[in-house]
Amino acid sequence: MTSVGLVWSNLGRRKLRTALTAMSILVAFLLYGYLSAIKVALDGGNFGAGAEDRLVVRNRVSITQPIPGTYRRRIAMIPGVTAVAGANWFGGIYQDPTNFFGQLAVVPEDYLRVYPDILISETEKKAWFSTKNGAIAGRPLAEKYGWKVGDHIPLKATIWVKADGSLTWDFTLVGIYDGAKPGSDTNEFLFRDDYFDDGRLWDKGKVMWYGVQVNSANATQVARRVDNEFADSSVETKTESEGAFNQGFAKQVGDIGAVMLGILGPVFLTILLIAANTMRQSVRERTAELGTLKAMGFSDRRILTLVLGESCFLAGLGGGLGLAIAWLLISVGDPTGGALPAFQFPTLDLLKGAGLVVVLGAATGIVPAVQATRIQVAEALRRT
Amino acid sequence: MTNSLNWILQAASITAVNLGTIPARKGSVAEAVFGIAGVVAVFVGVLSIAVGFRRVMTNSTSPDVAMVLRSGADTEMMSVMLRDQARVIEDAPGILRDRQREAVSMESLVVMELTKRGTGIDANVPLRGVDQNAMMVHEKVRIVRGRNFESGRNEMIVGQAAASEFAGLDLGATLQIGKDRWKIVGIFTAAGGIEESEIWTDSTALQFAFDRGTTLQSVIARLTTPAAFREFKESLMNDPRVNVRIVRESDYYADQSAMVYNLVTGLGILITSLMAVGAIFGALNTMYNAVASRTQEIATLRALGFSNGPVVISIMVESLCLALAGGIVGAAIAYFLFNGFHASTLNWESYSQVAFTFTVTPALIFQGILCAAFIGFIGGFFPAMRAAHLPIVSGLRDN
Repeated sequence: MTSVGLVWSNLGRRKLRTALTAMSILVAFLLYGYLSAIKVALDGGNFGAGAEDRLVVRNRVSITQPIPGTYRRRIAMIPGVTAVAGANWFGGIYQDPTNFFGQLAVVPEDYLRVYPDILISETEKKAWFSTKNGAIAGRPLAEKYGWKVGDHIPLKATIWVKADGSLTWDFTLVGIYDGAKPGSDTNEFLFRDDYFDDGRLWDKGKVMWYGVQVNSANATQVARRVDNEFADSSVETKTESEGAFNQGFAKQVGDIGAVMLGILGPVFLTILLIAANTMRQSVRERTAELGTLKAMGFSDRRILTLVLGESCFLAGLGGGLGLAIAWLLISVGDPTGGALPAFQFPTLDLLKGAGLVVVLGAATGIVPAVQATRIQVAEALRRT
Repeated sequence: MTNSLNWILQAASITAVNLGTIPARKGSVAEAVFGIAGVVAVFVGVLSIAVGFRRVMTNSTSPDVAMVLRSGADTEMMSVMLRDQARVIEDAPGILRDRQREAVSMESLVVMELTKRGTGIDANVPLRGVDQNAMMVHEKVRIVRGRNFESGRNEMIVGQAAASEFAGLDLGATLQIGKDRWKIVGIFTAAGGIEESEIWTDSTALQFAFDRGTTLQSVIARLTTPAAFREFKESLMNDPRVNVRIVRESDYYADQSAMVYNLVTGLGILITSLMAVGAIFGALNTMYNAVASRTQEIATLRALGFSNGPVVISIMVESLCLALAGGIVGAAIAYFLFNGFHASTLNWESYSQVAFTFTVTPALIFQGILCAAFIGFIGGFFPAMRAAHLPIVSGLRDN
């Protein structure tokens, strides 16, 4: 009988226990998958790390307070700044409130300079520059809603009432853009600030924030210079790197995320400990059999391989299936019905999970395996 | 009668014997109890977060308070109204009045970024501008230290939760916003409600400091009775001078808490269901072991004339007892670990921090223990069936 055969028949000795142990390992790794996905979603991993050489300037009071549009010129003159683009958050509804995506009013020329990640054809760019109510959308977004260039897209404002009192803003889709890198944000709907500013009833001439491109070497220093420029004016600014800005939101979620992760971590470990204990127990019960094998001339090395093989197989089966099911379920989508739009199982965590499976198999097998090699044949046979 | 009494006695005596053997199987029994305790602890613990959050959002609201926002605005943050519109609202029917004043407050809202104590994280706190009559509308609000702000001056009062959450919000301290200096003259409570996470000041002072002209966010009115809401709403909806949305305060805040509540509850239930599956395997394992190690005893009992029923019942009872023990331990752990834990999180709808306390309610504990009983039932059922179908002869021979 081959080693594989022996491992197989050992696992079949008590089929029920083997199945239950494999199932609990499966559940542990399913939980692990969800743990990673929740962590990423709450960490704001979905917002991306942000570019090193890009800053975000906003009102020091808070992001919800606007800043004057006249700051654009003053920021552009600060040494180290290479491009400035203002942006306004629109926050409108497309057909249904659950259709959430970012909608920004921007100056196209400025915005494309500060965010070179946005890849768009020259023809579409020209069309955008020359169409006042023109808008561009990221490819995944356009595909999701079946938009084509030339389509009219109405958005219902939740904040920005038009000067005539109506809430519906009409846009013409003039281009569809791609992201330069896999992590680029391609889920935004961008339209022209002049169309927006002329149409809105209040806060004319103001923006919510500026994106600023700088010489990468001294981003922090440039940030300080921007804030100094507006210190003691009636609207002070707060400037930070794009990464810090993106994470600010996640940090505000704060304690809840930490508490949930704090609960899940120990739970995962406990399930693993219990499974490990069961596996050790099943080897201990077989002392006599292992003794017989040794009496038949099995080497210590082969015994070690047999026991380790068994624990690794069990861990691999349960853990592998658990990770696979987690991956499948998580890619179906967010379990909370919209509260976590970016719910995903990161590849790195998937690999770490696979590593944990191997560690689990080895760690639970090694102690009984070494014990098994130390069994005295006579002693073991007497136990029958 | 004698038959069924006999049956119950049989079941009771077998159960007693079974429970008596627990010390001999303490490893696997502890494992099952521990697993179930874990499920219940996590279930009660995570849901206490959601319950605590919702409590804060609804503690101080009442159905006889109406909020008037711009038509189409879901939240105060999105709403912009003009003061002359607000004047129209003041005259609407159904509003509570005494001799000199109406229970109406015209309110402005600015979200302000301050540093959290301890962590150094910058987070948003709402700064609300209110009218002199605000206390008549928000009747739960009480100044507990210092005094109320004086209108027209740069003075603030701070909710107790905000004061303990954010650095610099101390009684007597000064806050620099842009070019203006604001003095904190009082600390207030609101029966554990959402206002405690806010900073209040005079509406006019706020409009001036933040260049808001005469715009405001909402008009809040206390009505004579909850039933007066209908009349109040109808009169304003039919008034051509205003274009507004009117909601009860209680509905508004229940809505605001929905997102965080659903998120935490959704994740909590997902996680505990997964764990429950694991715990069911644990319980099954334990009870199958219990049946396997007692094959001979069970066969002997049946050979002696005990019927199947009592054997099955005894195993189910044992499983349920273990599960309930686990459930009680788990609920106790959750209570001591989580109940009363202070935290704060971002309310997505208002884009600002809400301070709240994890709350383990009797209802949550009951649900947790129910959950444990379910695990115990499943964990006992299949092993009990196996015991019932055990062939007597081979069972007796088993060694």
